[in-house]
Amino acid sequence: MVIELRGISKTFKVARRNPGLKKAVKSLFKRQYSIIHALDDVSFTIEDGEMVGYIGPNGAGKSTTIKIMSGILYPDKGECIINGRVPWKDRINHVREIGVVFGQRSQLWWDVPVADSFELIRDIYNIPENKYRRNVKKLVELLDIGDIIKMPTRQLSLGQRMRCEIAASLLHSPKILFLDEPTIGLDAVSKIAVREFIKDINKENKTTVILTTHDTQDIEALTKRIILIGKGRVLLDGNIDDLKLRFNRIKTITIDYAGDLNQLPEGMAYVEKYEGHAVIHIDTVEISVSSAISYLAEKVDITDFTVDTATMDDIVVRLYKEYRL
Amino acid sequence: MKLYFKYFSIHLRSVMQYKTSFFLTSIGTGLTTFFSFLSMYFLFDRFGSIKGYTFNEVLLCFSTIFMSFAIAECFGRGFDTFSGIISNGEFDRIMVRPRNEILQIVGSRIEFTRIGRLIQAFIVLIYAISSSRVYWSIDKVVTLLLMIVGGICLFFGLFMIYAAICFFTLEGLEFMNIFTDGGRELAQYPLDIYKDWVIKFFTFVVPIAFINYYPFLYIIGKNKGYGLFYMLSPVISMLFLIPSYILWRIGVRHYKSTGS
Amino acid sequence: MKAYISFFRIRFINGLQYRTAAYAGIATQFAWGFMFIMLYQAFYKSNPGIVPMPFDQLSSYIWLQQAFLALYMTWFVNNDIFNLITNGNVSYELCRPLDIYNMWFTKSCAYRLSRAALRCFPILIAAFVLPEPYKLGMPYSWIFAILFIVSMALALIVVVAYCMLVYIFTFYTISPVGARITLVMIADFLSGGLIPLPLLPDWLTKYIDFSPFAAMQNVPFRIYSGNIPADKAALAVLLQVAWAVILVAIGKILMSRALKNVVVQGG
Repeated sequence: MVIELRGISKTFKVARRNPGLKKAVKSLFKRQYSIIHALDDVSFTIEDGEMVGYIGPNGAGKSTTIKIMSGILYPDKGECIINGRVPWKDRINHVREIGVVFGQRSQLWWDVPVADSFELIRDIYNIPENKYRRNVKKLVELLDIGDIIKMPTRQLSLGQRMRCEIAASLLHSPKILFLDEPTIGLDAVSKIAVREFIKDINKENKTTVILTTHDTQDIEALTKRIILIGKGRVLLDGNIDDLKLRFNRIKTITIDYAGDLNQLPEGMAYVEKYEGHAVIHIDTVEISVSSAISYLAEKVDITDFTVDTATMDDIVVRLYKEYRL
Repeated sequence: MKLYFKYFSIHLRSVMQYKTSFFLTSIGTGLTTFFSFLSMYFLFDRFGSIKGYTFNEVLLCFSTIFMSFAIAECFGRGFDTFSGIISNGEFDRIMVRPRNEILQIVGSRIEFTRIGRLIQAFIVLIYAISSSRVYWSIDKVVTLLLMIVGGICLFFGLFMIYAAICFFTLEGLEFMNIFTDGGRELAQYPLDIYKDWVIKFFTFVVPIAFINYYPFLYIIGKNKGYGLFYMLSPVISMLFLIPSYILWRIGVRHYKSTGS
Repeated sequence: MKAYISFFRIRFINGLQYRTAAYAGIATQFAWGFMFIMLYQAFYKSNPGIVPMPFDQLSSYIWLQQAFLALYMTWFVNNDIFNLITNGNVSYELCRPLDIYNMWFTKSCAYRLSRAALRCFPILIAAFVLPEPYKLGMPYSWIFAILFIVSMALALIVVVAYCMLVYIFTFYTISPVGARITLVMIADFLSGGLIPLPLLPDWLTKYIDFSPFAAMQNVPFRIYSGNIPADKAALAVLLQVAWAVILVAIGKILMSRALKNVVVQGG
């Protein structure tokens, strides 16, 4: 067992700012607060070498959980044990074994070459010289940053910088890697490179990876397990394949046709309908795909059709809807 | 600490990217000290003396406290600008590194441009020393050094307190300037020219008197007998770091319980 | 015009939001005020000879200075405007259907006024009730009081116009921070921000009185306690008007030239 959370709860008090002149003057004399329940009885366990996607709408409590697991924040209630330690109680030792990538905030020094930032990080973590050289060589190769580490950070594009960020967070061979929106703003090529890389280090070094992201393709490419958090609660903790099965109850048929299509039988519903083109949901519990196709073929002349299974995006959207997030 | 030198060199390399800018900014910061000096000069030019202290004597007060402040700023700039470090999330990054936070904060902001102030203060110090009528025996030199070192500790402690307060609120912080900038401005002059409660305050609450007034009296020979005590009094100011550190730890705990 | 008013309003409200900052500011200003008065009193006692300004007038000067610090301090330069220039986002400002100079001018005025509005009254009131001669005295006469208010308004314009020049200067220079500090410090000293101008040597004030720096806070404060005789006061105010016009004109010309060759940094 690597990461264990039990019953974690956390509440915040936030001061409220009021719009408008009158209210602004009023707030000069009396402060108003709102209470936010960031986390409510959150529990889960993550094993060595797992890759978990931690998803949820904004404000659901994702970054709060990450902060607690990093040891930056301590909860009001509950327990958290990581690698045999309580993160906030044994900060320096705990933090030595984790790596964190905050998507939008850089840890590289702005005006100096990336390689210099790497060396400073080596000194901060006291990484032995041969281990450092090995890691740098491997990371540079896998992330393809060889030509750019001599350049100052400010001259890099976002994609290049992100790859260097990730390298920087792995220099000390952490056992656990927290990734907060690692592919945000990246072009398609960089995204794929980053994903491949994360998969590689997970396989090779058995690094446990926890990924918070809104990018559903990240989730699809990397993780087998997702934890859905909403309004401070864990709503779902399960296998992606299981989810797909569950949501694959609904299949989507897209057809191009000649003729008129109006009423649909039980178990079929329109998603989109134009002249000669329709997207239809089929509830496979009510009616089988072949029956649906037969019905359509009878009614109109099908010129083209595709049957889609639910994409990750669909799944996430439907999950949010289901839990009213 | 070896790590501090690594921080130092990375900041140096960063600054050297913009050589002219560095040069000009240093001159700019040096100007602040220069204008303070000029103000004092003009006031003495018009009034001649203040409560029996001559211009040269007062210059000693002025230069030692400005030197201490300039050096403290060079090292403690991270604490001085801590509100920025918290609000842009840099402190989270610091907490995620396996090193003492204070070391990291000190290493995070090494502003070489402040050297302008340092050089300016140093020039004034040399001028003050050379134009004074003090006979610089060993004990007086030691006192002078203690004054400066004590001052560095004191201002560093004040910066740390400021940073600790940042954990609780990011507003209304400017009142701390009363103690840092205000303390510096006040102590330019020997503290007894003001009302009595000023000396009392700066002896018992924020011990600036111990780095700037009592040792100063010793140097110019106006100490009323308590020679050794006055000479070594800056050591008391160094103890100011203890309550500062305590407040800092309280602040960090608070941060860990409430997040940003 | 309406656009500028709502611009002003937003900035003003924004300034009001920071109530703890206001309390802290008031405390700070008090502390500094007391400190200066104590200091000058010590000087005056040492040499009660010919002084250009009697102590009670000096006290009034100091308190006015502290109460309205937010209005006239030269080293308060809007950081967001500054950053816009240095990181190149000034191009976004250019996309708005308003004249940039007027926009920034209004912004600066609004910001200063809102900060001053919060802080000046407690300080003024408290300073009125202090014992003589440390207190803020009454204005010299009705006429002088009115002239004082006019002069204050003009002083604000001159200060903001000068700050606009500082912003514009950063378009032309590679070292914005260095230039800014230098220009601001010089202005601070020469306008009486470090020592009230009357206390500087006469050979210096002779020249400063004709410069825009005297117009920035020195003139209104001296008018208040009648330190300037009526005829000289009227002239000083006219000089303020002249400088206001000159600085704004220079600012606008330089600004339009600078915008033509905006060098976008960063990115």
